[in-house]
Amino acid sequence: MSTERSGQKGDLLLEMKDIVIDGYSDDRWHEIVKGVDVTLRRGEIMGLIGESGAGKSTLGLAAMGFARPGCRITSGSIMFDGIDLMKVSEAERRALRGSRIAYVAQSAAASFNPAHQLIEQTVESTVRRGIKPEAEARADARKLYRDLQLPNPDSIGDRYPHQVSGGQLQRVMTAMAMSPRPDLIIFDEPTTALDVTTQVEVLASMRRIVEHYNTAAIYITHDLAVVAQMADVIKVLRYGETIEDAETRKMLAQPEKAYTRSLWSVRSIEKPEEESEDIVLKVDHVDASYTGSAKVLDDVTIEVPRGHTVAIVGESGSGKSTTARAITGLLPPTKGQVLFNGKPLPPLLKERSIDQLQKIQMIYQMADTAMNPRQTVRDIIGRPLEFYLGLRGRERDQRLLELLEMIELDETFIDRLPAELSGGQKQRICIARALAASPELIICDEVTSALDQIVQKGILELLLRLQRELGLTYIFITHDIATVKAISDQIVVMLEGRVVEQGMKSEILSPPYPEYTKLLLSSVPEMNPDWLTGLLAERERESSSNP
Amino acid sequence: MSNKDDINPSTEAELVDQGFSKSDLADQGYSAAGEVGLIKARRTFRENIWRGLKSAPPTALFGLTIITIYVFFALFAPLLAPYGEAEIFDMSYAPWGEEFMFGTDQLGRDILSRLIYGARNTVGIAFVTTMIAFIIGGGLGITAAINNNGWLDNLLSRSVDVLMAIPSLIFALILLSMFGANTLNLIIIIAILDSTRVFRIARAVSLNVVVMDYVEAARLRGEKMFWILYREILPNIMPPLVAEFGLRFCFVFLTIAALSFLGVGIQPPTADWGSMVRETAGLIQFAEYDLTAAMTPMLPAAAIALLTVAVNFVVDWFLHKSSGLKD
Repeated sequence: MSTERSGQKGDLLLEMKDIVIDGYSDDRWHEIVKGVDVTLRRGEIMGLIGESGAGKSTLGLAAMGFARPGCRITSGSIMFDGIDLMKVSEAERRALRGSRIAYVAQSAAASFNPAHQLIEQTVESTVRRGIKPEAEARADARKLYRDLQLPNPDSIGDRYPHQVSGGQLQRVMTAMAMSPRPDLIIFDEPTTALDVTTQVEVLASMRRIVEHYNTAAIYITHDLAVVAQMADVIKVLRYGETIEDAETRKMLAQPEKAYTRSLWSVRSIEKPEEESEDIVLKVDHVDASYTGSAKVLDDVTIEVPRGHTVAIVGESGSGKSTTARAITGLLPPTKGQVLFNGKPLPPLLKERSIDQLQKIQMIYQMADTAMNPRQTVRDIIGRPLEFYLGLRGRERDQRLLELLEMIELDETFIDRLPAELSGGQKQRICIARALAASPELIICDEVTSALDQIVQKGILELLLRLQRELGLTYIFITHDIATVKAISDQIVVMLEGRVVEQGMKSEILSPPYPEYTKLLLSSVPEMNPDWLTGLLAERERESSSNP
Repeated sequence: MSNKDDINPSTEAELVDQGFSKSDLADQGYSAAGEVGLIKARRTFRENIWRGLKSAPPTALFGLTIITIYVFFALFAPLLAPYGEAEIFDMSYAPWGEEFMFGTDQLGRDILSRLIYGARNTVGIAFVTTMIAFIIGGGLGITAAINNNGWLDNLLSRSVDVLMAIPSLIFALILLSMFGANTLNLIIIIAILDSTRVFRIARAVSLNVVVMDYVEAARLRGEKMFWILYREILPNIMPPLVAEFGLRFCFVFLTIAALSFLGVGIQPPTADWGSMVRETAGLIQFAEYDLTAAMTPMLPAAAIALLTVAVNFVVDWFLHKSSGLKD
């Protein structure tokens, strides 16, 4: 494939030196990025990795000479193919964006204009910048759709954003970025919002097209396994500073810094599984549906043994969370029942006794929305103590401190508002709120999926310790197989409202697998740069051998 | 302003500067309490108010000043007014002068005194009415939102639709003539009519809060309706409600003035700006002979207009602040 571009593969394309970026908050400017260097050659993919707040998105945007509102690039130089982006005018920078530098955002659904057809938006900047005439650009867009393996590449562009799935939309956005044939694409967490099974397809098509057109890319993510599939070199950022810079294979084989190792720490937790016959909760042939729609749960039966963890896995829409709603009484089953300690629970929340409510507690995915932003930690954890146990005043505060100690926080947190806590601390407070009720069963709905790896590990270890000490039972809803391996005794695999497979962890995670379980397990990125290539080759072989 | 206990998000990075190597920090293992959250400086209530005032635009400061002056006159009317509000002198339509600063009205009552007492009556009654409208409308609005699409929500919302379908000034006129025009009836009728608007906005903003996980968590805990309404939802919808309170207050205040002008509002001898405009309106035709006399009906009208403008300035500022468009 010949490229029409002037440069050769391997030529220097982007050189950012000693970049310092300030962000404005709480009436002051704070340094977000503190003197980071980036060097990128043509055709090279660089992975930028780090926790939230590490400054990776800010740095990625700076590669376009852009700072978000409330941010400013205070010093450093950005040389893009011989152009000093810090010196040229805003108009000149703007002319580069959408023609020679393109950006793929995290949430495709929020980035498309719902009122225009996809193809119009795909070719918009190409046509506006006068790179190609409209008809040619449209024909090229259809070719890109085909390259990206979108279904019906000739007609999918006529659809509107809400008419295609999230994974397809993310690929259309990649086509949009590719349309002007830029020299550089910045991918900002493009697959974070997708299910694992979809993520594989999107990653594969992104990698193929970037290689095909010899485009340089910066790939921003917090998932090291994903970046391992995409990038030639990896840069690890923390608190706005470079921690480590290395070629992908070298970094994975022998990371130099302890922090880099901690990025895949969840994968290091091991929990021996245990069998048990003492069933605390049984979901017995439950059907459920939201008013006026089809069944979302179809004959679901799950047994939860006391003091153990049952993980429910599946992609979004598989009925995992609905099962939790049926157990808690938020969505009464249309058929079947839920048995708790052998006795049926009333289907409706209103009909349940305080005692029954107390015994089943719930922890949510988004700790941000699970806590009232106007209440302090004292109110949040203190309320269940008052409500269920009738503790007041001194007694209540005493118990509050014990709970805070249990979740490894101290008394300085007692008067903070949720906005003054980090993501991991928020989730810990939610755990403490559940513990305050002295429950037997805790339902954890994706409790770690919004958190960084190292924080996830801390939360999972905390949950395991609490289980050992207090004999708690967990139902752990998740789509992350690494988390499942770390915490569960038993696994339930769900698809389209039905239980596809259930059993002990060792049974489910070892072959032979039913088809769906296999797809789910094989789609989880591994910390091996050849994983995606191998997986795609294997799937290719299978589909050609049994058509 | 004290910044002593102000911890900013770069604290851990500062630890690094203080000689802890980065890998040291990572090797120490992960500690939840050591994780850095964005901690806002602890400020006292007074400091917060002072910060707010310092960043306020001039229009808001102007509005606040005017409102403060009105409140001052309303509170200390008997001390500030030269005469009583119903005190009648032997001089009707006295010209502006030293004895009666703005002259007297058709019965010989001092205009200035009545203007000052009017602040107390008109503004006071409008305030009480708006409060009642908010208690009724806000309470029912949040209740309807919690009961979203249930029978209670439908019953309340449709009743409100019916009430809102009737032009409110005409409806108020009808009801006041039915039940008699006294202050108590006036307050109750306008409060109920205005609570329909409050209901709409309270329900709309609550709907965004009701779907939050923390409200679901409270329901799963088994909390009663009143707790959810008062402790979980109300604190989170206060900013838009407070802004709406300012606007509603203006409308109520104007409605009362309009009703008084029409003769069914605040009844004589109680001083009131709306009825003062009506009583002295005739003087306006003497403009070519005595300009100051013709200005007399303008004074209560200006008092109404100035307060309305002032409240709107403050509400605009507050809305801007609470909408998060700070920067």
